[in-house]
Amino acid sequence: MSAANARLALDAQPFTPPQNAQQRALHPELSTAHIRFIGLNKTYPGQAAPALSGIDLNIQRGEIFGIIGRSGAGKSSLIRTINRLEQPSSGRVLIDQVDIGEFDEDRLVNLRRRIGMIFQHFNLMSAKTVWQNVELPLKVAGVPKDQRQRKVAALLELVGLQEKHHVYPAQLSGGQKQRVGIARALVHDPEILLCDEATSALDPETTESILGLLRDINQRLGLTVVLITHEMAVIREICHRVVVLERGHIVEQGAVWQVFGEPQHDVSKTLLAPLQPTLPAHLQARLHAQAPRPEAALVLRLRVSGRDTHAPQLSTLFSALGGQVSLLQGGIESIQGRALGQLVIAVEQSPHSHDNVIERAREWAAQVEVLGYVV
Amino acid sequence: MWFDRLLQGVLDTLLMVGVSSLIALLAGIPLAVILVTSDKGGIFEAPTVNRVLGAFVNLFRSIPFLILMVALIPFTRLIVGTTYGVWAAVVPLTIAATPFFARIAEVSLREVDHGLIEAAQAMGCRRWHIVWHVLLPEALPGIVGGFTITLVTMINSSAMAGAIGAGGLGDIAYRYGYQRFDSQIMLTVIVMLVVLVALIQLGGDRLAKGLNKR
Repeated sequence: MSAANARLALDAQPFTPPQNAQQRALHPELSTAHIRFIGLNKTYPGQAAPALSGIDLNIQRGEIFGIIGRSGAGKSSLIRTINRLEQPSSGRVLIDQVDIGEFDEDRLVNLRRRIGMIFQHFNLMSAKTVWQNVELPLKVAGVPKDQRQRKVAALLELVGLQEKHHVYPAQLSGGQKQRVGIARALVHDPEILLCDEATSALDPETTESILGLLRDINQRLGLTVVLITHEMAVIREICHRVVVLERGHIVEQGAVWQVFGEPQHDVSKTLLAPLQPTLPAHLQARLHAQAPRPEAALVLRLRVSGRDTHAPQLSTLFSALGGQVSLLQGGIESIQGRALGQLVIAVEQSPHSHDNVIERAREWAAQVEVLGYVV
Repeated sequence: MWFDRLLQGVLDTLLMVGVSSLIALLAGIPLAVILVTSDKGGIFEAPTVNRVLGAFVNLFRSIPFLILMVALIPFTRLIVGTTYGVWAAVVPLTIAATPFFARIAEVSLREVDHGLIEAAQAMGCRRWHIVWHVLLPEALPGIVGGFTITLVTMINSSAMAGAIGAGGLGDIAYRYGYQRFDSQIMLTVIVMLVVLVALIQLGGDRLAKGLNKR
């Protein structure tokens, strides 16, 4: 282990969940699921293909759980079964081990007050001021006025909108509207926060700040966050675990670093594609599928999967491959304290045969893909 | 004397229009809310209620006011005891105005973004909370605009009622302007009606604009 100890840890602080709740989230055996789906199906009337099909899933208390998929994959339907905006056709949803399927209006209203929700298009009441919007959930719950005032003031401060309490939503920017949405969702001190494409209508910079706010809320308040998105970048930014949905089925699930590092399903790979470096066009044009000459340079894409929490050792790679190794493209990023990413390299003048080089590369990287040969 | 007669006409018209529209407002909004919320996918889904109510509204909306007024004479006599005068006109005017206004209010209520209803449900609103705190406030500018249209339409209808003995500006224009060929009276009545309609429209537009925060 001495060699390993000498290695530079990629992060000064390896990934440590800040709260006990999150520790439990990463070690499911320590706790029962906060939200549990059992054999969930949903078919809309008049549609042949089910929107959700055989969903079995556990979401742990205190984690940020991502649901990703292309549009129409069933993400919205799935997240809406948690607060029963959507009624499943069959199967069960358990929250704290209680089946919510048979709740009457009273119990449903109480359940929904324990679950906050924010929306892609914010869904703020246009005829109410920022203050009135945040106050509304308390008002309908019959909370006395002095308590309402304290709560609303505290939440507007949390989201940084104290100054805007008297304006109408139409006068706010998208990011500010979502902050109001978040304040409104948190006003009953929920234990679960549902985010329905909460950043999809926002520009990248605003997305960043909203995700930061969500992460902060998750850590400070310890609530379980379930979010749906079609953007992998959002998952990478804040989620602990993720499921990939396709046509109503779960096709892949796991810790975010695993799904990013070694995506198994084609859909996951397609969704990841925008985040991955592509070979520059001028190099792409020079690639041959077969080696025109034995001395042609071999171009490989190496995927570093993050199984190892240390930064990948290039010297090990270079000495294993032999010859001249040039880095064409790539990068390593840290997700949940694990190093993962892709490198595109060209190997030439190696003493080893092309097949042998590929073999040696496989020992270093999780996945090796031969892109072609360059002369 | 002419002035007195004209003033009386204006007051009668305002009375007929005011009373019938006020009743239409009070009855039409609940009617519109029921029409919207009982529809398929509504928060108080009740397809049968929706169909029956919708058919009823359509029935009264499709009868021309002149015919409605005549057809309702027995009913009017039952309610106010006479078929002549301002109060006798209020009955058919109200019955014409209520479904008319209800349909316009219904359109405004339907235009409320479904996402807002979903958000209200998600925050733990009961169904009547959604009506009171979401549907009505969000549709209010449109409802005010619809009420303005109703008022103007009722001025139109009240003139028709005036012509068959209800009083008001329509009565004056018909008796003096048409039957006695007094074009001066006719012109005065027209100017008064134009001013009245313009004032109502202006006030309604102002109010709707002030209420619209979008």
